[in-house]
Amino acid sequence: MIEKQVNQKAWFMVLPVFLVVAFSAIIPLMTVVNYSVQDTFGNNQFFWVGMDWFRDLLHSERFHDAFFRQVSFSAIILCIEIPLGIVIALAMPRKGWGVPVCLITMALPLLIPWNVVGTIWQIFARVDIGLLGHTLAALGVDYNYTQDPVAAWITIIIMDIWHWTSLVVLLCYAGLCSIPDAYYQAAKIDGASRLSVFRYIQLPKMQRVLLIAILLRFMDSFMIYTEPFVITGGGPGNSTTFMSIDLVKMAIGQFDLGPAAAMSLIYFLVILLLCWVFFTVMSNIGEERSKGGA
Amino acid sequence: MAHITLENIAHSYTGNPENHEDCALKKVNLSWRNGGAYALLGPSGCGKTTLLNIISGLLHPSRGKVLFDTEDVTGMSTEQRNIAQIFQFPVVYDTMTVFQNLAFPLKNRGRKQKEIEPRVIELAKILGLEKDLHTRAQHLTADSKQKISLGRGLIRKSVNAILFDEPLTVIDPQLKWELRSQLKFLHKKFGFTMIYVTHDQTEALTFADEVVVMYEGEIVQTGTPEALFEKPEHTFVGYFIGSPGMNVCACELQGNQVVIDGYMLSLGRKYPDLGSNSKIEIGVRPEHLRLVPSDREGLPVKIIKVDDIGRHRIVRVVFNNTKFNVIVSDMTELADGNCSLVFDTEHTHIYVDDHLVSGEEL
Repeated sequence: MIEKQVNQKAWFMVLPVFLVVAFSAIIPLMTVVNYSVQDTFGNNQFFWVGMDWFRDLLHSERFHDAFFRQVSFSAIILCIEIPLGIVIALAMPRKGWGVPVCLITMALPLLIPWNVVGTIWQIFARVDIGLLGHTLAALGVDYNYTQDPVAAWITIIIMDIWHWTSLVVLLCYAGLCSIPDAYYQAAKIDGASRLSVFRYIQLPKMQRVLLIAILLRFMDSFMIYTEPFVITGGGPGNSTTFMSIDLVKMAIGQFDLGPAAAMSLIYFLVILLLCWVFFTVMSNIGEERSKGGA
Repeated sequence: MAHITLENIAHSYTGNPENHEDCALKKVNLSWRNGGAYALLGPSGCGKTTLLNIISGLLHPSRGKVLFDTEDVTGMSTEQRNIAQIFQFPVVYDTMTVFQNLAFPLKNRGRKQKEIEPRVIELAKILGLEKDLHTRAQHLTADSKQKISLGRGLIRKSVNAILFDEPLTVIDPQLKWELRSQLKFLHKKFGFTMIYVTHDQTEALTFADEVVVMYEGEIVQTGTPEALFEKPEHTFVGYFIGSPGMNVCACELQGNQVVIDGYMLSLGRKYPDLGSNSKIEIGVRPEHLRLVPSDREGLPVKIIKVDDIGRHRIVRVVFNNTKFNVIVSDMTELADGNCSLVFDTEHTHIYVDDHLVSGEEL
């Protein structure tokens, strides 16, 4: 047997990474953890409260509502953006001058900063001066996103679709382009219908990019802050107050550092948990396949 | 089942068949009888796959007509033509099992499960896939995947023809041989018309009754494997078939004599006056040359290289600047490096501008 060499100096090699991660993530996170278990009445005097903030928060209706709004928002935009992205990607030309035109058009919304997107839609949808809002009003549609929660939701959802469907499209398009021509030719020879081609060739080949698209869109939509903040500021009432907006209100608006810290930890854990679930499902689909083939 | 005829087929991928240089196919005429086994042989990029795709309807030719029996199918889709085609790289439907893959072409045509099942099982047995029938196709080896592709091509009984586009490229040499025999067997059993594209001469010669040799978008010779070997009609066929290929070297004709670099050789044939502007070459296979000791009659040559390839030797000899490959089985008499080269005149051919010219017997 070969004697395994042990050299503890190797730990120094890991040190730089450890320091970077410590200063950029672990230490800031610890301060949040620190706030979440204490209360203060100013003057930098802190009192230990244990798990009280967490307990309060988990029983507060305000948190439940924000959480519910957040989950609904993510679910709605995933249900719309993913199928829509696939359809657009399928409709895009595979060669010729149309390719660069489509790709650039698709990429444009992705290049615009979040707050600018918010501003664009905030103005676009205004009833008094916005092209969309004014047109709708002129057509006799009762639409005012500053007063009507439904209108506010619709505005934010359409804005998100406008902003982010491109990402899904581009990912799906990349997946579609990687399918060799022979597959389509074989499908023609086999007499497959258009639907079968989609079901048995395109969808399976897009599976990986689709899961990446779903994961990215889920995380981004779950953390959405800037655009609804710019458009509605969380209103009317609290109807578009998503978790991130609620968190900022609590931490900076009300300066309730303890509950805000507890909330950000729960928020963080929820995202972590859901990502883990997505990831596990993702790898499990692959696993099942390989077991089936073995 | 149908007799397949190609009339003046030309194809250009840039859509301009007038420009000859542009064409992937230049004016192809072919006729394939029902139930035959044919091979399309040629180097990469000579238009074999283009021709195949035109027959199956995946491509529409810029010019010309495709006939199945007497029906003009040029404008018809692949599905209407009822053709099976197998591609170079395996195409399997990843999410389906092997069974579903094989059944797919039948299912799409609305056949009943009762009819599909025995057929799939029968074919799976022939291809050696029966124990994988209910596993997903995705993680099988490349070999098995290609077998599935082959199976999907062979599953329908009523196809007009089965086209193979270099289907055994990804398969191991040992298995390649087995599968090729299986295909021959299936051909005999079911009597499909089979058209097999390949750039491998052994594959073409063992598979087909008739081989079509293509070169730069044109058909240079159609014939049995034997004819291609004994009497190549184009210098390219000479080069391409046989290992090593035919020796082709420049010569001149003087009366009934062939002059190679000053050496006079009589072929016992008379050639018409071919004009001085044409390129005249003599072609002879290494198998049809003999080396004898230098004191005997023949072209005095020098041995420059000997490759021992097992069952025989390939000897490279040179006369002035003209080089020949000779296949020799016994080297004992040729120890000193100088010897005489003797031509088998019956199998020595004259080519003018790359095309065979037959002389009159004297």
